Amino acid sequence: MIRAVIVMNDQGKPRLVKFYDYQPVEKQQELIRTIYGVLCSRAENLSNFIQADSIFGPDARLVYKTYATLYFVFIFDSSENELAMLDLVQVFVEILDKCFSNVCELDIVFNFNKVHTILDEIILGGQVLETSSSEVVKAVEEISKLDRASNGSMLVPKSISGWTSR
Amino acid sequence: MAGPSLMDSLFQRSLDDLIKGLRLHQPTSESTFISKSLDEIRREIKSTDPQTKSTALQKLNYLHSLHGLDMSWAAFHAIEVISSQNFQQKKVGYLAASLSFHSSTDVILLLTNQLRKDLSSNNVFEVSLALECLSMICTVDLARDLTPEIFTLLGSTKSFIKKKAIATVLRIFEKYPDAVRVCFKRLIENLESNDVGIVSAVMGVFCELALKEPKSYLPLAPEFYRILVDSRNNWVLIKVLKVFSKLAILEPRLAKRVVEPICEHMRRSGAKSLVFECVRTILSSLSEYESALKLAVEKVREFLVDDDPNLKYLGLQALSVVSLKHLWAVLENKDLVIKSLSDDDPNIKLEALQLVMAMVSEDNVHEICKVLISYALKSEPAFCNEILGSILSTCCRNVYEIIIDFDWYVSLLGEISRIPHCQNGEEIEKQLIDIGMRVKDVRSELVRVGRELLIDPALLGNPVIHRILSAAAWVSGEYVELSKNPFELMEALLQPRTILLPPSIRAIYVQSAFKVLIFCLYSYLFPDEAVASSPSLPVDLDPGVTSSISPKEFSESSDVVVTEPLADREMDEGFNPRDISQSLEDVSVGNGGDTVIAHEQTSCSATLKKDYFTQESIVKLLDLVERTLCPLMGTHEVEIQERVGNIRGLTELIKQELPEFLVHKERNVEGVKVKALEIVKLMHDAFLEELGPVSTSAQERVPIPEGLMLMENLGDLEGICGDIQLPIPSQFCFGMPHSGGRESTSLFNQQTDEESETSYECTSLLAEHRKRHGLYYLPSEKLETISNACPPAKDPQQSDDLNDDGQDLVKLTEQSLVPKKKPNRAKPRPVVVKLDEVDGITIAVSKPESKDYLISGAVREVLLGNEVSSAQHKLPDKSSNKRREKDKLDIDQPSDTKENLANVGKSETSTSKKSKHHIPGKERKHKSSRKNADEREDVQKDKTKSGHHNPRHKARQRADDNVDVIAQTPVIPDFLL
Repeated sequence: MIRAVIVMNDQGKPRLVKFYDYQPVEKQQELIRTIYGVLCSRAENLSNFIQADSIFGPDARLVYKTYATLYFVFIFDSSENELAMLDLVQVFVEILDKCFSNVCELDIVFNFNKVHTILDEIILGGQVLETSSSEVVKAVEEISKLDRASNGSMLVPKSISGWTSR
Repeated sequence: MAGPSLMDSLFQRSLDDLIKGLRLHQPTSESTFISKSLDEIRREIKSTDPQTKSTALQKLNYLHSLHGLDMSWAAFHAIEVISSQNFQQKKVGYLAASLSFHSSTDVILLLTNQLRKDLSSNNVFEVSLALECLSMICTVDLARDLTPEIFTLLGSTKSFIKKKAIATVLRIFEKYPDAVRVCFKRLIENLESNDVGIVSAVMGVFCELALKEPKSYLPLAPEFYRILVDSRNNWVLIKVLKVFSKLAILEPRLAKRVVEPICEHMRRSGAKSLVFECVRTILSSLSEYESALKLAVEKVREFLVDDDPNLKYLGLQALSVVSLKHLWAVLENKDLVIKSLSDDDPNIKLEALQLVMAMVSEDNVHEICKVLISYALKSEPAFCNEILGSILSTCCRNVYEIIIDFDWYVSLLGEISRIPHCQNGEEIEKQLIDIGMRVKDVRSELVRVGRELLIDPALLGNPVIHRILSAAAWVSGEYVELSKNPFELMEALLQPRTILLPPSIRAIYVQSAFKVLIFCLYSYLFPDEAVASSPSLPVDLDPGVTSSISPKEFSESSDVVVTEPLADREMDEGFNPRDISQSLEDVSVGNGGDTVIAHEQTSCSATLKKDYFTQESIVKLLDLVERTLCPLMGTHEVEIQERVGNIRGLTELIKQELPEFLVHKERNVEGVKVKALEIVKLMHDAFLEELGPVSTSAQERVPIPEGLMLMENLGDLEGICGDIQLPIPSQFCFGMPHSGGRESTSLFNQQTDEESETSYECTSLLAEHRKRHGLYYLPSEKLETISNACPPAKDPQQSDDLNDDGQDLVKLTEQSLVPKKKPNRAKPRPVVVKLDEVDGITIAVSKPESKDYLISGAVREVLLGNEVSSAQHKLPDKSSNKRREKDKLDIDQPSDTKENLANVGKSETSTSKKSKHHIPGKERKHKSSRKNADEREDVQKDKTKSGHHNPRHKARQRADDNVDVIAQTPVIPDFLL
C-alpha cells in the first residue's frame, strides 16, 4: 500500500501532506524535514528512488519526482511496484495540471481542499483506485459543482439524480 | 452572544485570507501570526453559525496539516461539522476527521451513526466522503458497527462507490477480522467483474492480504490464474504477480503453471513496470525454471544498459535478489555492475557495491579488494566508507572464511586505516585483535602492521583512527616477542603526541608499554630463557647457536665491545638523571656499534637480536619510561594513573636492584635471589600466556556457584561504575612492587579485576583454572583446519599501475572475476581458531501478527466452504448440501486453532441471526460459483486450443494432481484444474 503522499517545495515547505497510517503531527513534520534533507542533497538526473528504510522502517520505499519548484514524494511498501508508483506521480501531476490548467505551486498553495479531493479520488486508504485522469477530473468537477451549489444556496443540493444513474 | 457570532461571520478571515496572510509574513513573524489566527479559530469554531464553524475548521485543517499545529482539541467540532447537511461543510468536517482522528480520539464513537447515515446516502459523493474517512480512522468499534453497511456497498451497482468500498474493506478486516466471514465472498465475486477498476481494487486488497499470510489464499489460485492470463491491465497484472510470487513458493505445481504466462507477459509487454514485476517474480520465486530465469536475466541486462537511472537501479536490485541462489546471473553482468560503481547516483553505486561483494570468493578477494580500494580513494567520504565497510564485513564473514592469505589481509587492514575518510575504526580494531587471537601464523605480520601505524605521529592527530591505534598498541604489546625492534616500539608507544589520545586508549598504550618493558627486561636478564620461551621469533634461530651462547658469554661480549665504560660509570653514579643526555648519546653510539658488530657477525642473526638488550639500552629504556610516564602520575584518569603507578613501581625496584644484580652476575655468583628479577620473570610468564578467542556463550556455561545471587538488583552500582568504559579488555592488576616481591606475588594472585570483562591472569591461576574447567578452554589439538587452498599468485603488473581510469578498473576486475583454477599453492591457509557457537546464525522466527492470523483463519474458513462447493463437479457427491458440507469441514479442519473453531460456531449463529441479506448473498454465491467452474473450464479449453501446453503432458499432470489430492490434506483442494 501507499503509506504517504507528500508535496513540498524546494525550500522544504510542505504543500500537501497525507499519511495513510496515522502519524502524530510532530512526527509528520520530522519525517518531512528528514525527507527534504535527503532530497535537496541529490543532484539532478539521478534515479527517482531513495532507500527509505531508515526513515520509515523496514520495507518502505520512496519515489520522488521534481516538477519546477515542487517535489512530489510517494512512500510505499513492497506491495506496490516502483515503476508503477513513478507513473502514478506522473498521473497525479497530469491531473493537477488538468484541474488547474497549467498547474503551478501557487495553485496548490491556494487550493488546499481541492488538492485533497483530487488525491482522494486517486488513492483511498493507501490503495490506488483510479489512474485515468479523465475519470478523476470528471469526479472532481462534479464535487466542485456540489461545493458551489451548497455554498451558494446554503441548502442541500436538491437533485443528485444525475449521479444515481451512474 | 449573537453579537460576536455575527461579527465573526461577517468579518471572518477565509482560508484564502489566512494563506495570503501567511505568505506576507516573514518566517520570523510567522509564528505570531499563526498563534493570532489560532485564537481567532478557537473563537470562531464555537460559533453557532455552521458556515463560520466550518470555515474555522477549514483553516485549522490547513494549519494542522502544513504547519504542524495540534488540532486534537477540535475533534468534537469536526464531528459537528460532519453532521452538517451542507455538502461543502460535510467535506471539510470529514477532511478534519481523516487528518486528525486516531484510535485514541475519544469522541470517535460519536461518529458511528453519522458514518452509517452517510454510507447509506443516495449521494455517491457523500458515501465516498464517508468511505474515505472510514478508511483513514477505522477503529475496532467502527469496523464492527459498520461492517453491514460496507457489505451492502460491496454489492453496489455504482462502480464509483464499489471500488472505494472494496479498498475500505481492507482496513475493516485489519481491525475486525470477523468481518471476513461477512464480506469475503462478495470480495471474491468482484474478481469476476468486467470493470477493470473493480478488479484492480480487489486485487489490491488480496495483494495486501496475501503478502502478509499467503497460505490462506492458495484456494483462490484459479481466479488469480485467470486474471494473470486474461487481464490486459498492468496495474491488475502487477498485483496478481505479487500474489503469485508468494503463492508459487508454497505450491510447486502452481509455480509450474504460472511460469509460462509470466514469461509471456515479460516478452510481450512494453510497460517497464510490468516487465520489471515479471522479472522480480521469476527471480525471487521461480528461479528454478531455467529458461524463465534466462529470459529474466536478459531483461535485467536490458535494464542495466538503459540510460534511465531508475531502470539501472532496479535492475541491480533485481540481480541482488537472485545473487544468493544463482550467482552466475550476477557474473554474467559483472561488467555492467562494475561500471555502475562509478555511476553518479549513490543508490546505483550502493547496489552495485552489494553485488560486487556478492561475487567475492577466496579466489578473487585480493583483486576485488584492490579494485574497491582504488574506487574508495576517489569516492566521496560517504561512499568510500560504504566500500570499506562492506570489504570489512565480507572478509570477516564466517570467521574469515574467504581469507587464505592473512598476511595480505592484515596489511590491507593497515592500508584501509590510512585512507583519509575511513570511519570504520571500530570494526578494524575488532578485526585486528580478533585475527591476532585466532590466527597464530599471522601475528608477526600483525605486529609489523601495528608498528607502522604506531610509529607515525601524524596518525595520532586523527581521532577517527584512535581505535585502530588502540588495537595496534594492544597487538604490539601482546605479541612483543615478535617485534623486530622493541625499543622503537617503546618510543612509539610513549611519543609525546599520545597526549592526543582519549584516556581509555592511552591506558592501553601504557599497558602495552608495560608489556614491552617486561619483555625487554626479561630478555636482558634471562637471555637464554628468553630465546627458548619465544620459539616463534621472526628471526631464524639456530638452536645450536642459541645453546652455545651462555649468559656469561653474552654479557661479556656485549660489555667488552662497547658498554663497559658506560656501565661502570652508571653503576658508580647510580642512574643520575643529569646524565641522561649524555647516556643517550652513548647509547646511540653503542647501538651503532652493535649494528656494525652484528653485520660483521653475519652468521648469527640471533646474536643481533640479543645484542639489542645491552645494559645501556636497558638503562636508556628505563629512563625513557620514567621520563615520559612519571608526569602521568598526576593524571585524573584512573586507568592511566594506575598503570603508570605499576610501571613506576617496577622501574624503581629495578633501579635499586640492578646494580647489585650486575655485580653478582659479573662475579658469576649462582643462586642469588633478587626480587626484581622474580617479578620480571613472573610478569613475563603471565604475559606470555596466550589469549584465545572466547565463545560468546562461554559465560553461560559456567555453573553458578552456590550462594551467588545473580538476580540481585545492582542498579545502584551503575552510577558508580557506569562511566568506566574500556574498549579492550586489556587490564592487568598486580601488586605494587614497593610492598616487596613475595607479598606482591600473593597480592597479585588475589586481586581480581573488577572493571574488565576478561582479565589477564597469572599463569598458575590460569593453569589451575584450565585444569578444573578444561571444558571451557579451547582444546589446542582440536583446532579446526580449514581447507588449505591458497591464494592466486599476485600479478606484479596489476599491483604496479593502478591508475584512476574506470575502464582499466573494469578490465582489471573482469580479469579478477574470471573463476580461476586454483593456482599453485604459495602457502597454505593458516589455522584459524573457530568456535562453533560464535558463528551460529540465529534465525528469528517470525510469527504472523495476531490480527493477521485471525484474518487468515477466517479467510481459510470462508474459502474452504467456497472451494468445496466450486470443486463439486469433481467430487462424486454432487448433491450434497453446501451448508452441510461446510459445517462438516469446519469440524474436520485440523489446522484451525481452538480459538478459531470457537469463533466459527459463534459467527455462524450470529450472522444467520443478524441480517437477512446474507441469504440472497449465499444463493447468488452458489450460482456464481457454479459459473466459476464453467468459466474455468472455458479457460481450460481455450488454453488447450491455443496450444500453450502439450496435451499429453497435461493429461499426465492432471492424473498426478488427482493422486496428489488424495494424498494431500483436505485443507487445500485441487485448484489446479
